[in-house]
Amino acid sequence: MRISAETVLELADLARLRLDPEEVERMRRDLDAILGYVEKLSELDTTQVPPTAHVLDISTPLRLDRVAGVLPVKEVVRNAPQHDESSMIVPKVIE
Amino acid sequence: MSTLADRTLCELAPLVAGGKASCREVVQAFLDRSAEVDARVGAFVSLRREEALREADEADRARARGEARSPWHGLPLAVKDILVSPDFDTSCGSRILRGFRAPYESSVLRHVRDAGLVVVGTTNMDEFAMGSSCENSALRQTANPWDLTRVPGGSSGGSAAAVAAREAPVALGSDTGGSIRQPAALCGVVGLKPTYGRVSRYGLVAFASSLDQVGPFARTVEDAATLLGVIAGHDPRDSTSVGQEVPDYVAALAGLPDGLRVGIPREFLAEEGADPEVLERVHAAIRVLEARGAKTVEVSLPHSPYGIATYYLICMAEASSNLSRYDGVKYGFRSEAPTLDEMYRSSRSEGFGPEVKRRILLGTFVLSAGYYDAYYRKAQQVRTLIRHDFESAFESCDVLATPTSPGPAWPLGERVDDPLKMYLSDIFTVTVNLAGLPGLSVPCGFTGAGLPVGLQLIGRPLDEATLLAVGQAYQRETDWHTAVPEL
Repeated sequence: MRISAETVLELADLARLRLDPEEVERMRRDLDAILGYVEKLSELDTTQVPPTAHVLDISTPLRLDRVAGVLPVKEVVRNAPQHDESSMIVPKVIE
Repeated sequence: MSTLADRTLCELAPLVAGGKASCREVVQAFLDRSAEVDARVGAFVSLRREEALREADEADRARARGEARSPWHGLPLAVKDILVSPDFDTSCGSRILRGFRAPYESSVLRHVRDAGLVVVGTTNMDEFAMGSSCENSALRQTANPWDLTRVPGGSSGGSAAAVAAREAPVALGSDTGGSIRQPAALCGVVGLKPTYGRVSRYGLVAFASSLDQVGPFARTVEDAATLLGVIAGHDPRDSTSVGQEVPDYVAALAGLPDGLRVGIPREFLAEEGADPEVLERVHAAIRVLEARGAKTVEVSLPHSPYGIATYYLICMAEASSNLSRYDGVKYGFRSEAPTLDEMYRSSRSEGFGPEVKRRILLGTFVLSAGYYDAYYRKAQQVRTLIRHDFESAFESCDVLATPTSPGPAWPLGERVDDPLKMYLSDIFTVTVNLAGLPGLSVPCGFTGAGLPVGLQLIGRPLDEATLLAVGQAYQRETDWHTAVPEL
């Protein structure tokens, strides 16, 4: 067993997910199977191989760093589940 | 009886230009077809009936004034529920984005609108494009038009099914590990994943940013080439989009390139790798190309058995980062809770489905301290080896030919409880994304049970033109793409 229930709970905490007990066991089982499968990569010696940073052998086109096409704040906050004219509203963070 | 909905984009354009049909009649024909079959197929998550007809009327008036914006002005297309627009909702197949209406237009849809194409609706997909069957959608189930008890493939299953069922002549999808090519193969239509960077990702909801690419679905290679020409090009808003000129893809369809060398990867045509019926159809397709003068050469992609493991490690790592933005604050679903942290947890736990959670957890694991080198960095190193395999193969050939999917469409529900088995259905497509190459799936026959089989053609970076020319030459010799599912 590569993954314990405790590890699944730690990962869920890091990812801000809450899992019920059945989900923990199911995820533990699935993660264990998937990590068991990907283990096959260790068959390959990659000590001299550089990791891929970009798939194509081309340079990224550059552009001037100019402010353009700014969206109105009112339209941007419109999608927030709770908002007023200019802000997204969340539960109080500072007492 | 043949209707306007049986026509391709390139057949409709002259009909409309010559006044033999109006844009309204064309759009109406596809909407009628949807009304007739979509309760069974389930391709669309939303239809823009009134808006589409209004846009078609506007196109008819513009054409009457001699102001057609393109030969496709006023003709319909369907769009995967993953490209944002201020004109319709984008939910990405997820409860967490249900009802999201972007304040800006994706660059792809900007190009589509500039050409005057009419979006008839948004199509179903696996949640956040994570899946190979469309069954991970939180919105609805999509069926394969060739057998309604089977999956359409995924993640762009709705777009593939819409084109196969003639609910739209063409559609857009996105492909991270096969999500255009595999459903195209399973539904018997053409699907193209362009080279990484050929099409802008601005406004494409991100799953795995180093792999994602938007591309067309169509019934003919000619239509796919047409739509690619509309959406391809550099975009200052996406720094990973490439600056190279966009060639005239339709002009490139003139014929099979002289002296074409088709590489057959030994590993992809091994007996144990795919269903024997699929292999037989793919070999038959290669013989068609040989009869037209193509030369076949055997090549080797020795690291392809490591493709699935490499792909899933990388895409899960990228997904866990990309999906951290869904927190109930800025958009989408929020589950109310007394504290901010509790609100994050409740919103994400109730908003995401099981496959998305699985990938976020695994991505979090492989990026965490102590595991990064063993998993994520290792996968990026193997990715380099996979890219070198393709570079070596392309020294002796111009395109590669493989099956698109190891088997035909499977029964709905069969693989939902076995994520690893679901992942293995992407075995022939994922390495193409890892190397950033263009890949085209073309219908190449049916199994004995009447299920479509796809031939995958893989090209050199930015050489979509050769892929399309080969695909077109194949379709000129065969008539698989003219078969219609009985619905």
